[in-house]
Amino acid sequence: MLYIKCPYCGLRAQKEFSYGGDATVKRPNINEEVSSENWDNFVYMRKSPRGKHIELWQHIAGCRQWIKVQRDTATHEIFQTAKVTEEIR
Amino acid sequence: MQKYSVFSLIKNAFSNHQNWEVAWKDPTPKSEYDVVIIGGGGHGLATAYYLAKEHNIRNVAIIEKGWIGGGNVGRNTTIIRSNFMYDANARFNEFGMDLWRNLSQELNFNVMFSPRGIINLAHSDAQMNAYARRGNSMRLNGIDAKLLDRDEVKKLIPMADFSDEVRFPIFGGLMQPSAGTARHDAVAWGYARQADDMGVDIIQHCEVTGFDVVNGKIKGIRTSRGDIKAKKVGLCVAGSTNILAEKLNMTLPIETHVLQACVSEPVKPLLDGVVTFGAGHFYISQSDKGEMVMGGDLDGYNSYAQRGNLPTIQHVLTGGLALFPFLSRLKMLRTWGGIMDMSMDGSPIIDKTHIEGLYLNCGWCYGGFKSTPVSGWTFAHTIAQDQVHELNSELRLNRFSTGHLLDEKGLGTKTWIG
Repeated sequence: MLYIKCPYCGLRAQKEFSYGGDATVKRPNINEEVSSENWDNFVYMRKSPRGKHIELWQHIAGCRQWIKVQRDTATHEIFQTAKVTEEIR
Repeated sequence: MQKYSVFSLIKNAFSNHQNWEVAWKDPTPKSEYDVVIIGGGGHGLATAYYLAKEHNIRNVAIIEKGWIGGGNVGRNTTIIRSNFMYDANARFNEFGMDLWRNLSQELNFNVMFSPRGIINLAHSDAQMNAYARRGNSMRLNGIDAKLLDRDEVKKLIPMADFSDEVRFPIFGGLMQPSAGTARHDAVAWGYARQADDMGVDIIQHCEVTGFDVVNGKIKGIRTSRGDIKAKKVGLCVAGSTNILAEKLNMTLPIETHVLQACVSEPVKPLLDGVVTFGAGHFYISQSDKGEMVMGGDLDGYNSYAQRGNLPTIQHVLTGGLALFPFLSRLKMLRTWGGIMDMSMDGSPIIDKTHIEGLYLNCGWCYGGFKSTPVSGWTFAHTIAQDQVHELNSELRLNRFSTGHLLDEKGLGTKTWIG
């Protein structure tokens, strides 16, 4: 069981959360011309690194907020969590 | 090579089975090969075998970080099927079924292919309609499909919960009678033994650390056991695809996730074929040893751990109990995880890349085992001829940018989009 520290609610079990994927992917700006390549990169292409990964989770069975989690994809260790508006470095 | 037969078995019994030839050698890597296959799993071994057999390319090495058969080919739940709706997937996998049917004879190794049938359960009229459509599509591609009503399903799996109280009542199901199971280790070992006999070097415990690419052309690879020159390099590394892609500065439409499976203690034969309970995120078959082999959902987050967490096992088995209440009396023997190269549309990629001489075989999601022979066969063709075969002509890397997705059903990393 992963335990994720929600920045709003505190430490909660993984079962309360739903995964949202790589948090470093940036959506192309709204109302700007988007090339096919950029759209392709945004929708489909992922680095999926082995090691530290910054990702989105939603506290779906809690406060329902989206949060950022920095987690190791090889050991599942969680280093840091933050509100979605905050940066993880 | 010593042929395996009842006579060789009797002959070796007289020497207490001490004098069997080794099934494959343990060679030191040469400095140069015509083709290097990275990844000694089922697909890599099959690719090397078909390169030697179909294309007479025998100066081939398989580079494996661990040991052959230690990855997903030894971790899957051994299901073989071709019950696909889209033409590209159906033709590809039905060609594979033909290879499976003759595989034990071809490899002189009993892979225990057992076409005992697979049933996908349906729980609503709409799902029955969808299955009727899929079944018809399968039959148009020459694949056997049978739409079962509730009573027919009950005859085949009377131990399922057919009471009125269930959340997902069984309306019927779609069956592919020619689907089945095989012994996964034997598939890896059978291909390895034949490939080795035809001159392929199987190099284990050798990790690829980098690639030698000059002017957009592959020249060789760097490994923990020295540099190896190669005219062509094929990647067959499933869950490690993204790690090697990073070394090549490539980004792929793939995320790596962990998938778990589990087996119960062995019991007497009670379940003939494979049953999938999509609504409960659960599928099950019974091994020849009697264990109930079960699986279901991904853990649902990026992972290279080859082990998962308990909530997913609980979730999967909760679905299992809803379908087969008798499972509550069984003890779990073991659970394990494997890392899946989840493509974004749920279908695989077998293609050339923008680097000349570098070929890609990945994106198998959780369905790689059934395609082992056909994947090897088409990948060998793609490498040898430097062009895709008709069978993998739609399994291209660029289909994501051109919009020609093969989103067969809700698979991939974000199943809710499927």
